[in-house]
Amino acid sequence: MKKLSFHPCGNYRETYKQELNIFETDFGRFWMMIFLGLLFFVAPFVLSPYMLYILNTIGIAAIAAIGLNILIGYTGQISLGHGAFFGVGAYAAAILATRLGVGFYIAIPAAGIITALVGMIFGIPSGRLKGLYLTIATLAGQFIIEYVLIQWESLTKGTMGITLPSPEIFGWQITGNRAFFFLVFISLICMTWFAVNIIRSKYGRAFIAIRDNDRAAEGMGIPIFKYKLLSFGISSFYAGFAGALWAYYMVSITTEPFNLGLSVEYIAMVIIGGMGNIPGAIFGATFITLLNELLRFLTGVLMNVPAITSLGLNMAPLKEFVFGLAIVLFILIEPKGLAELWRIVRSSFRLWPFSY
Amino acid sequence: MEFFLQLLVNGVCIGLLYGISAMGFVMIFKSSSVLNFAHGELLALGAFFFLSLVTWAQLPVYMAFILTMIGCFILGFLIERFFLRPLIGEKLIFVIMLTVGLAAMFKGFILLVWGGNLHTYPEFLPQSMAMQFGSIYVAPAYSATLMISVVFLVLFGLFFKKSSQGIYMRSVADNQKAALSLGVHVRRVFALSWAIAALVACMSGIVLGIINGVNVHDLSSIGLKVFPVVILGGLDSIGGAIIGGIIIGLLETFTGGYLSPSLRDVVPYIVLVFILMVKPYGLFGLVEIERV
Repeated sequence: MKKLSFHPCGNYRETYKQELNIFETDFGRFWMMIFLGLLFFVAPFVLSPYMLYILNTIGIAAIAAIGLNILIGYTGQISLGHGAFFGVGAYAAAILATRLGVGFYIAIPAAGIITALVGMIFGIPSGRLKGLYLTIATLAGQFIIEYVLIQWESLTKGTMGITLPSPEIFGWQITGNRAFFFLVFISLICMTWFAVNIIRSKYGRAFIAIRDNDRAAEGMGIPIFKYKLLSFGISSFYAGFAGALWAYYMVSITTEPFNLGLSVEYIAMVIIGGMGNIPGAIFGATFITLLNELLRFLTGVLMNVPAITSLGLNMAPLKEFVFGLAIVLFILIEPKGLAELWRIVRSSFRLWPFSY
Repeated sequence: MEFFLQLLVNGVCIGLLYGISAMGFVMIFKSSSVLNFAHGELLALGAFFFLSLVTWAQLPVYMAFILTMIGCFILGFLIERFFLRPLIGEKLIFVIMLTVGLAAMFKGFILLVWGGNLHTYPEFLPQSMAMQFGSIYVAPAYSATLMISVVFLVLFGLFFKKSSQGIYMRSVADNQKAALSLGVHVRRVFALSWAIAALVACMSGIVLGIINGVNVHDLSSIGLKVFPVVILGGLDSIGGAIIGGIIIGLLETFTGGYLSPSLRDVVPYIVLVFILMVKPYGLFGLVEIERV
């Protein structure tokens, strides 16, 4: 029987393998197991459908945010087109499901792969451009994809939207919040596992090298164009996968939600969660989704306060204002995001009472 | 032919508007290399200040204009002082996202105060400013735009070439560390350039408001149209911004007139991608040679 390992009081690592460990101690693994156990065996059976709806939205957003974090946080390429890629995934799944009639277990990964290809096409400018020029190129990509989704009516039915059949496996229909909860969170865990391991591999190290100094990376023999494209591909795969899940969850989709605002929301998730940190993307997705729900609730309440309605004030824009304020405050006060706050809280518990 | 000429004139007029909207953007980029995503909202703020002063406070037009300018100058200064200064030397994405956050804040604020409806200014431009070439009519607002853009172009040209502050700004844009070591007050230059840029943005907002009416959503989408314009002209060239604006304006009106109206709004971005692939530093931009 192996002994549980505790936090050492210094850096006693001897091999690279120890450096690459995901969980520093067995305690981390233990708590993670408990958390996952609660998530899967308790949460779906005690929470109200509304709570499950919020959790599912968080899960889907987290998948897309993890993808964007691989691109922005690890490879250092800023993309303003993630919302559009999410839309491409949603439409790809919808078209595959309605036109070809394939099952969701094929349609969702296939949508991810189609989006990855589209993402790689829009990643081509990264071969010549970097920094803000690349950002502007992806901004253009966002508008072009939006236009294509609206105008290619023979395929996307334009502004009419597409209605998806409900996903079905072995004769069991996945409908309702609880069934989707399992689909979304199993996908989220697989995708997180994949992302964490990609970052530990040769590819992840190449991404980080490109982020830190692209010229040095090229000098050390990393073909950076290839890796940048790969990074665009992986990140778009995540966006497409999440978009496909979202399309199945929402049942009917239109082009409307996949605008620049959505792309900005994903970047906000990455920044607020913490760049270059996979759990950070999940924190960020949670934060932004909860903030959105809270603000929707608040504006709903404020609408009914007679003092405000009599003044003729419309409180709906408050949502936009607070969203902007959250981004600005996080950048100014804690640029490393919620992941850093979480680390500080954890280490202050660990070091208590003799913190230094 | 008639149709072609009318499109040509319209295109140049719209392009000039894009050009002067882009000027403030280029000012900021030139001195502090910040990509300002809140530019459209700055335009809108200026337009709405002016609207309030003219219709609500009933001030005479020239007073309202001067007060708006002063207000925007201070606003630009404050934005730099409180939001951008802590980020000097930070990663690009933080700066970009900060301006995106500011854009959301401003937009929320404007919607909260003025609402999302279309407002119009009272008529105050003299009808004598209208121009008529044969059958082609140029509205007074457009000739005013033409005059304002020429005046500002000359003013900024002189400012950057002759005045000491302008030369400081150029030196900071060129090499921040070298400028600092030669005794240029870099922070003051940043503050001043934001203040001037906000002033220019407000003025363009007013001009746009005269022509199209004042609406937050329209003005903030023009803030995004600025990107193809400045990329085409070169991110750090004010004259290039005007020419880029005219090219984009012509492209839009001709696409709208001859090909399809729905393609009109996307064509600038398609062109943008091609320019970035072929000539990333634009027609007049400074080429920084860096290959990876």
